[in-house]
Parts: sequence; C-alpha cells; structure tokens
Amino acid sequence: MIGKGLLQGLAVTARNLVGSYHDPDRYTTIEYPEVKPALPEAYRNFPFLVAEKAEDPLGTLRCVACQICEKECPPQCIYIVMDRDEKGKARMKPKVFDIDTSVCMSCQICVEVCPFDAIKMDQVFEIATDERFNALLLHRDQLAKTNTYFHQIHPTEAAEVDARLAAEKKAAEEKAKAAAAAKAASAKPAPAAPANPTPPPAPAP
Amino acid sequence: MFDANPAASPSARVRKVEPSSFGFQPSSVPPPAGGGGDLLEISLGPHHPSTHGVFRMNVVLDGETVVRLKPVFGYLHRNHEKLGEGTSYLGSMPYTDRLDYLNSMTNNWAYAIAVEKLAGLTVPERAEYVRVILAELTRLLNHTCLAGFLMQDCGCSGTPLMYAFRERERILDLFESLSGSRMMCNYQRFGGCRVDPTPAWLAAVAQLVDRYGPFLDEFEELLTGNEIIMARTQGVGRLPAALAVNAGVTGPMLRASGVGHDLRKVDGYGVYPRLNFRVPVGDHGDVYDRYMVRVLEMRESISLLRQALAALPGGPVLDPKAKQRGLRPKAGEAYGRIEGPKGEIGFYLVSDGTANPYRYRVRPPSFVNLTVLEDLCLGHTVADAVIILGSIDIVLGEVDR
Repeated sequence: MIGKGLLQGLAVTARNLVGSYHDPDRYTTIEYPEVKPALPEAYRNFPFLVAEKAEDPLGTLRCVACQICEKECPPQCIYIVMDRDEKGKARMKPKVFDIDTSVCMSCQICVEVCPFDAIKMDQVFEIATDERFNALLLHRDQLAKTNTYFHQIHPTEAAEVDARLAAEKKAAEEKAKAAAAAKAASAKPAPAAPANPTPPPAPAP
Repeated sequence: MFDANPAASPSARVRKVEPSSFGFQPSSVPPPAGGGGDLLEISLGPHHPSTHGVFRMNVVLDGETVVRLKPVFGYLHRNHEKLGEGTSYLGSMPYTDRLDYLNSMTNNWAYAIAVEKLAGLTVPERAEYVRVILAELTRLLNHTCLAGFLMQDCGCSGTPLMYAFRERERILDLFESLSGSRMMCNYQRFGGCRVDPTPAWLAAVAQLVDRYGPFLDEFEELLTGNEIIMARTQGVGRLPAALAVNAGVTGPMLRASGVGHDLRKVDGYGVYPRLNFRVPVGDHGDVYDRYMVRVLEMRESISLLRQALAALPGGPVLDPKAKQRGLRPKAGEAYGRIEGPKGEIGFYLVSDGTANPYRYRVRPPSFVNLTVLEDLCLGHTVADAVIILGSIDIVLGEVDR
C-alpha cells in the first residue's frame, strides 16, 4: 500500500514528540547557561601549571623550565624562558611561561611528555572574550593553579600523581642518604655532603 | 540532446585539462554535441549546507539536468601533509584527528598502525580489542550521522538528523569520558592506547550497544520504507562496479556497487579475523543502496561490539617499551591502512632515521570517493546532485587536508 511507509514514519515522530515530555531518553536538551552539564573527569581543554602552595603560586611551580613541552607542542603555542640569576646560572624556574590558547589545540601532548607532572589539563571552557589580541595569551601568573584545584578537577589522576611524586621523593632521599653515608665512610675528612635536591628521574611515559 | 548515460560516459567522454582548476570560466564550456537548448553554468556552494563544508560544484545545466560538473575544493587546505614532515611522530597524532573530524578514532588507529609497522612495535592484546571497540563505535557514529545528513539533503529538514545526532551524542559522551575530548580524541598511541578503559566505561558501552539496535529499528521504521525517500534515491547516482574499482572507490560506496571488498576481511588487521561479521553488499549502486549498506553495516558493528566486549582480555593497554616521545624509527617506509567508516584510510610514512618523518602522506577515502562525482551526477537534476554528493559521505577536512 503506497503511503504506509509515510504513516509509519509519522507514528515514529509522534512517539518521539510525546516521549520527549516524559521520557528522559528522548528529551536530551540541557538549558545550557542556567543548567551546566556535568563534565566527565577526563575532560580536558587547555593546560595549566601546577603549583604547590596557594599563597605563593609562582614560587612553588613544579615547572623547571626544561622546555620539553615547548619542543613537543605540535602547534607550538608554548613559550618558555628560563629564570637565571646574575651570574647566568639557571634557577630551574620559568621566568616566562606563555601559552597562547588561541593556538592551543588541546591535544594533551604537553601533559604526556612532562617528566615533572608540572603541566596538566584544565576544564574551564567558558573563556570567550571580546578582546581581539592578547586576552587569550595566558602568562604564568594566569596559568598557575594549585594542586588542590588539580585534585578537584581530576581526582583520580591527581591522586596517582601525588603517590608517584611521594615515592620518587622518598627514593631520591634514600639514595642521597646512602650516597652521603658511603662518601662519609670512604673519605675521612668528610666535608658536608652537598645534598643536591636532584630532580626526580623521569617517569616512564 | 546531450547523451548523459552515466554508464557510457566515463570511457566515452574525453576530459579536457583546464589551465586553472580554480577559474570560473563560463565561456569555456562548448555547446553540447547535437544542438540542444541554452546551457547555464552555475556555482553550487562553497557556502551552502548541501555541500557538507566548503566545497563548490561548478555545474553546467541543460534545463534542470546536469550535463557537466566540476568539483572545486581546497578551501579547507591546511597543509596537513607538509606539517607532518615538520612535527615529530607523536606530534602528528593530534593532527590526524582533524582530518576526518567525525572519525578521529579510526584516523588515529590508521596512523598508529603505520608508525607501528615503521618502528616494529607490537600491540598488547587488550589494546587491539579496545581499538576494535572504538573503531566500531566510530562506524556507528559516522553512519548514523551520514543517514541523518542524507535525509537532510533529501529535504526532510531536521527530524532524522536530530534523531541521528541524539544517538551520536551518546557515543561522543563515551569518547569524552574515555579520552577527554568529544571529537579530537587523540587516543591511540604507538603500541597501544593512551588510557585503559575502566569497567564503568565498558559497562556504559555495553548499555549503549544494547539500546542501539532498537534505535536503528526505529530509525529504519522512519526512513527505509518511506515512499518519498525511495522515490528520491532509488536509481539515482548509479555507480557501476567497474568504474568504482577503476576509480579506487572504497568503503560502503564500493560495497553498495556490489564489490565485497572490506579491509577488515582482506587485510585481517587487529583482531578482526577472530570476530564473526558479514560484509553487506548492494545490488544497484545507487543512493538508496549506499544508505542501506550503511544501515546493515551498523547492525554488523553492533554484533562486533558485543563480541569484542565479551572477549576483552585483561592486561596492559600500552606496550611499556614502546617509545612515544623522541621516536626515531630506522630508515624505511611503511603504509598502514584500515577500513575506516568512509573507506580505506591509510598513512604512508617514509623515515630517514630522524625524529620527523621524511614524507608523510595520507590516503583519504572521501577524497578518492569524490572523484567519481561527475560520473554519478550526469543526467540527473540539480536536486539529485545534492543527494548524490551527500551519499558519497565526504568530510572536507579530509578532502582538502
């Protein structure tokens, strides 16, 4: 019978129309600005820098300005300058750390290659601005966010990172202690062993 | 009258090489042999919903019948292949998401296979199954969207497209909770996958798979038997099997023309040889068959997903010895290809031993499938040309690269 398919289709649309009033499966719209969708924990958009203390975020950045992320970033949106003292010795801190979020493509490769767990992905997506040029170029003071914040947005990952960092710190301390003891035993006029706070070894990617 | 028999035209017609493929040259069209009425040359696109992106068709019309068609593209060219030579092997992975932005998971997989071949990496068992799950989810997503867009092109504004997008959104939510991003997943890595899926995620996939069959039933009830759709699509844009093979057409479009060529069977990559599935093949090679083949493929995908979820082994999801950053494969070349939802998506890499590929080449399915557009459209009306373009299933990010 010609027209049967049409009527069948109309029945489907009618079912969806009626269903959209009581079946949450068929009514999927979220009234966005008033109601915000729950983001999954893995959600990422732009990177931020992890700082240990909220009082002094720039002083306690985990970043040591090694520039690995700058080299690996596919669209090259990261710019880092190492902080140096008067003699030119590296302070292992970034003097400049800029991320151009208008260029960033949220690929997370900076996070994957960072050996120090210093850069992580943020979840803030409402960053639209009417300023054309510099508003989306984020500097290190805008990028620095605390570890507590990291725990809030990615609890599972943050707990893993903290456990790993604690284990590495402990291992490094024990190694330094053992080295100091060995040195003291071998050399009699033992000068105080310089307990170098060696950066933790790179974790397996 | 101009002879517009699509079956006879490909070999009979001599293609004139034109000096500039970008030029819009109304005077360049000779009048059709044997007289006929006045011809009208118009430009369809580039900014029009029917062109699925920024794509232009220069069509020469006799009345309402297409007598010549020239596709013009490149508006979305982003230098993808040259960029691949300048970035590291890992750095190209997120760029592959942006080729066919509906199917980033399969693009990632094809690229990962190419690099794995080049560097001689092995993939853990669990990762192979996870890849199959993600590829079949991608196939569901792509074909559902395509069916919706095709109906939009036919003129049913909105309804089927919105139903399709409703289901697509559920799959994208799964991708987002696994990889962190809805469309630009950047999930596959050389020698496995980036994140191990949690049991909760796998349960969510199983739930989606269970409800996808009923959705497809409803979707087919809405569309497949619809008389208007049958009248619009049956017998339109026939692609003869010989032309499809000669033009290098792959994917559902080739299978709709009756050629049962599926790389999942032919190459048997991943764990596909261990899974049971059939390859649907069409009879007529028209728009309706292309739609039907995709619907049947979705049904096979559901069965594949069930099997892969049931057989998913434990273990690591990424080979711990596989190097991601600073990968320097030995000098050589490799071509990795998989059966993407649109056809054979392949990556050809040449390594000279440095950290960047010496040559990085993409074999994009929708670009190759698009080459037969003129042959399909000749003799049909403008409105049919829009449907035919829709049934080819192109994404301009991949066509232009």
